Amino acid sequence: MQVPAPFEYQRVSTVTEAVTLLDRLGDTARLVAGGHSLIPMMKLRLTNFEYLIDINELHDELGYIRSEPGPDGAPGRIRIGAMTRHRELLESDELAAAFPIFRDAERVIADPVVRNRGTLGGSLCQSDPSEDLSAVCTTLDASCVIQGLDGQRVVSMDEFHQGPYETAVGDAEILTEVRFPVRPRGSSAYEKVERRAGDWAVVSAGAGVWLDESGLVEDARVGLAAVGPNTAGIPGIADALRGQRPTEELYARAGDIAAESCSPVTDRRGSAEYKRHLARELTVRVLRRAVARATGQEV
Amino acid sequence: MTTVAPNGNRTAFVDNDRKPNGHGRMLRKEDPRFVRGKGRYVDDLQLPGMLHLAILRSPFAHARITSVDTTLAEAHPKVRLVVTGAMLAEKGLAWMPTLSNDVQAVLATDKVRFQGQEVAFVVAEDRYAARDALELIDVEYEPLDPVIDVRGALAPDAPVIRDDLEGKNDNHVFDWETGDAALSEEVFRRADVVVSEDIVYPRVHPAPMETCGAVADFDAVDGKLTLWSTTQAPHAHRTLYAIVAGLPEHKIRVVSPDIGGGFGNKVPIYPGYVCAIVGSLLTGKPVKWMEDRAENLISTGFARDYLMRGEIAATREGKILAIRTHVLADHGAFNGVAAPVKYPAGFFGVFTGSYDLEAAYCKMTAVYTNKAPGGVAYACSFRITEAVYLVERIVDCLAHELGMDPVELRMKNFIRPEQFPYRTKTGWVYDSGNYAPTMELAKDLAGYDALRAEQAEKRARGEIMGIGVSFFTEAVGAGPRKDMDILGLGMADGCELRVHPTGKAVVRLSVQTQGQGHETTFAQIVAGELGIPPQDIEVVHGDTDQTPFGLGTYGSRSTPVSGAAAALVARKVRDKARLIASGMLEVSVADLEWDEGTFRVAGDPEASVTIQDIAMKAHGAGDLPEGIEGGLEAQICYNPENLTYPHGAYICVVDIDPGTAKVTVRRFVAVDDCGTRINPMIIEGQVHGGLTDGVGMALMEMIAFDEDGNCLSGSLMDYLIPTALEVPDWETGFTVTPSPHHPIGAKGVGESATVGSPPAIVNAVVDALAPFGVRHADMPLTPSRVWEAMQGRPEPPI
Repeated sequence: MQVPAPFEYQRVSTVTEAVTLLDRLGDTARLVAGGHSLIPMMKLRLTNFEYLIDINELHDELGYIRSEPGPDGAPGRIRIGAMTRHRELLESDELAAAFPIFRDAERVIADPVVRNRGTLGGSLCQSDPSEDLSAVCTTLDASCVIQGLDGQRVVSMDEFHQGPYETAVGDAEILTEVRFPVRPRGSSAYEKVERRAGDWAVVSAGAGVWLDESGLVEDARVGLAAVGPNTAGIPGIADALRGQRPTEELYARAGDIAAESCSPVTDRRGSAEYKRHLARELTVRVLRRAVARATGQEV
Repeated sequence: MTTVAPNGNRTAFVDNDRKPNGHGRMLRKEDPRFVRGKGRYVDDLQLPGMLHLAILRSPFAHARITSVDTTLAEAHPKVRLVVTGAMLAEKGLAWMPTLSNDVQAVLATDKVRFQGQEVAFVVAEDRYAARDALELIDVEYEPLDPVIDVRGALAPDAPVIRDDLEGKNDNHVFDWETGDAALSEEVFRRADVVVSEDIVYPRVHPAPMETCGAVADFDAVDGKLTLWSTTQAPHAHRTLYAIVAGLPEHKIRVVSPDIGGGFGNKVPIYPGYVCAIVGSLLTGKPVKWMEDRAENLISTGFARDYLMRGEIAATREGKILAIRTHVLADHGAFNGVAAPVKYPAGFFGVFTGSYDLEAAYCKMTAVYTNKAPGGVAYACSFRITEAVYLVERIVDCLAHELGMDPVELRMKNFIRPEQFPYRTKTGWVYDSGNYAPTMELAKDLAGYDALRAEQAEKRARGEIMGIGVSFFTEAVGAGPRKDMDILGLGMADGCELRVHPTGKAVVRLSVQTQGQGHETTFAQIVAGELGIPPQDIEVVHGDTDQTPFGLGTYGSRSTPVSGAAAALVARKVRDKARLIASGMLEVSVADLEWDEGTFRVAGDPEASVTIQDIAMKAHGAGDLPEGIEGGLEAQICYNPENLTYPHGAYICVVDIDPGTAKVTVRRFVAVDDCGTRINPMIIEGQVHGGLTDGVGMALMEMIAFDEDGNCLSGSLMDYLIPTALEVPDWETGFTVTPSPHHPIGAKGVGESATVGSPPAIVNAVVDALAPFGVRHADMPLTPSRVWEAMQGRPEPPI
């Protein structure tokens, strides 16, 4: 049995309580949500914290998926609480209708046991370069609500990810919500290549595509995981696709941009060349599917 | 799942209604406790005052130990004992023999020789404190250059790993050869076609669900040591402890309780077991050691790690003439191979496969490297997995070269039924076999011709589909004591059977189950001979104080050896029962007929006694026939005349995503012939498990190292084992060719599927990649490695 080094453990039941405790304990403390990344690392003694603050009781407060229309019928947004569990993301028909990428991704994240416990906020804050939901949030141009003692701030995904396992969330802060803009005539898709079900991605890709009324691309975003220090969006793809008619040639051009923009390394999951190839291949596939969904040819 | 009998009948459901009074399908007797969570494993054991042991392991692959400071660890309030290699050396216990007559460090004294090697241990009041205290031990190392690349292990300037061995100035372990080099050379020279290929079987790990561990309890008053441990061979271990530790054998009791999978991983004696014993001797308390997953993966017995150069010679018409191979074997830092003494390469000599050859030859060189020791029989009956993989891969390479269908090529070269018993060119005597019908059945089940047509259509559309075939003959049931022993212990097995007065029985085995279903299969064997229902037969195993001597369960040997013992001891009891029955019925024994548990008088079927009647008579009042002792029991020690040679034909269908190169095993047809089938349900379960194992090795498993010797596969996140999502709905079938020398005609089957499936899967992938000019690609066939092969650069994994 693998056991972590000694630590103290405290459960909290409100966000304020969590932030107050974090403020007092500083970087010796760590929040634990689902615990399926942090606890294994502690059991392997790769890391340890003097204090673990268990925020699972915040699920009542921060476990939600809410759809909000914009003012006067303008496009709205979906707000997802940071303690929303993978399983809830997977099972939400409302979310799947707006962003099918979520269901695509959740189907290939770990296994049911992990999905029952793991949370959206925990996944983003772990900030593993191979993590799937970070790629999803990047693709959907999400923004993150971070709560501190003195109030809230909202940051983009690019600002949120500051490096492998590093985020914009400070020592005395907690990620409370992730917000997704809803735009018309759009859809999304996600695909992952893994060596075995439940494994981390060799490479995965998400795409979001929004069309204008004449069927040309209004905006397109692609997020890749496991091919660089962070799951970054690729601005070049939006530039190349905007105003174009979606065709196989266009997807191929986007795939080339994706392959050129990433920085994979050779490891046990695959060679850098293969990963670069996958960045291209998966970008093409997810764009194709996102467009098919946006145009009602596929669900 | 579908099972097809030789007559073509399909049975999709398990038939539990027949409640067989002998061989046949019945649910496993042991399962109620497992499915209810009531199994009792080593780690479940709690003894009063029990302490916990944890082991400090080397972070380096090769380093000199310059100092070990235990002061801070000893000062930990919950620590009772800290032991270093130097302390063990004072007691003469720093080194222990391996199963291959090498020595292995219990705790390192001079150098560490692989990452994860045992350096010191702590005994504390709880397992948390024991782990924490490990971090308080200060070891200073002077790192040395490691030997990681097996190909360079014998280079003149390679660092010498085993400088503990007197006069050792290289990393050579042994050279071994079999077959006829000169004859092979002659046949190769005149052959129309010669094909050769470098074939790697990477290092893999058995990774049983339960890791290794022990609870040692030394009673200082009566001098008796009880050791509960995760062992596949409790009797052999007891004898070795007696020899190594100097404890009298009758004062050692080894208990192997429920075991969560062995697969060869629990055959060796590990330093942790010895540490637990030392811990109990020194503290006077029971001491538990239970390794964690990482420790299991990085330090306990690995399997395979063979680099094989295969060569095959044939006529242009496809008659295979000869096979030869050169093997470079990586044995890690200590030669801990589990194999009979005279067989340093295990039973690799069966690399001639199922084919009638004119010549064969193998030359093997084994070397030390700075990696964990092992070479265990991981579901392979001593290196047969490597042998079968070699021959089945090289035969496919030949088919590719000749442009011949791989099934047709195999059929053309099979040993013919009238040739059995068949002596191979490497000296193995195959007891029985009838290969063509097994291959034909697999072909029919798979719809082979239709699959080839489908493949042709798909290729025309740019889709990638492959069909792989393998045909294996295994050699299992070690073994005849004239040839086979482990550290001088003959590989025979004892069995004791006692029928109680009410006709219930207890059978005591020398082999130990780790999930194979012994409590059911052995009850069924006895039931088949005595007519006592299996539910009325208690199977006792795994406790040296309760069972007769024998060498344990590995290499598919339980049914071939111990199963024969169980049948024969039951016949011995039946012979005695016949004598008692003749007295009860007042007829001569010649007039008695045996009918599934009842003796009847010939010509007067109403006059009969059951085995239960006889059991009561044997223990009851009144006289027995002249010269017959009371009681109804017998014992036996069975020495097998030969190994048994099960065979099988496997066909695998894979699809490969052209864009991602990901392999999906779409179908898998396995037709096994293990002779008489005692419990078909258990056989199918074992086949399913072995096939799954094969998918793991073929597609994802490998124990990898970086150039510094860091093990890169120390967790189940890094060492992938397959899940239900990677395997298809297995399609199994069978033929029955009984073993002529086994009392009930049974052969071993536990490892058949692990042996036979990797070549079928790899052959399927290579077949799929033929349009890309691929003739060979090594395991593990991960998406990346398959894609690299598609780009024309298939790389060996090491």
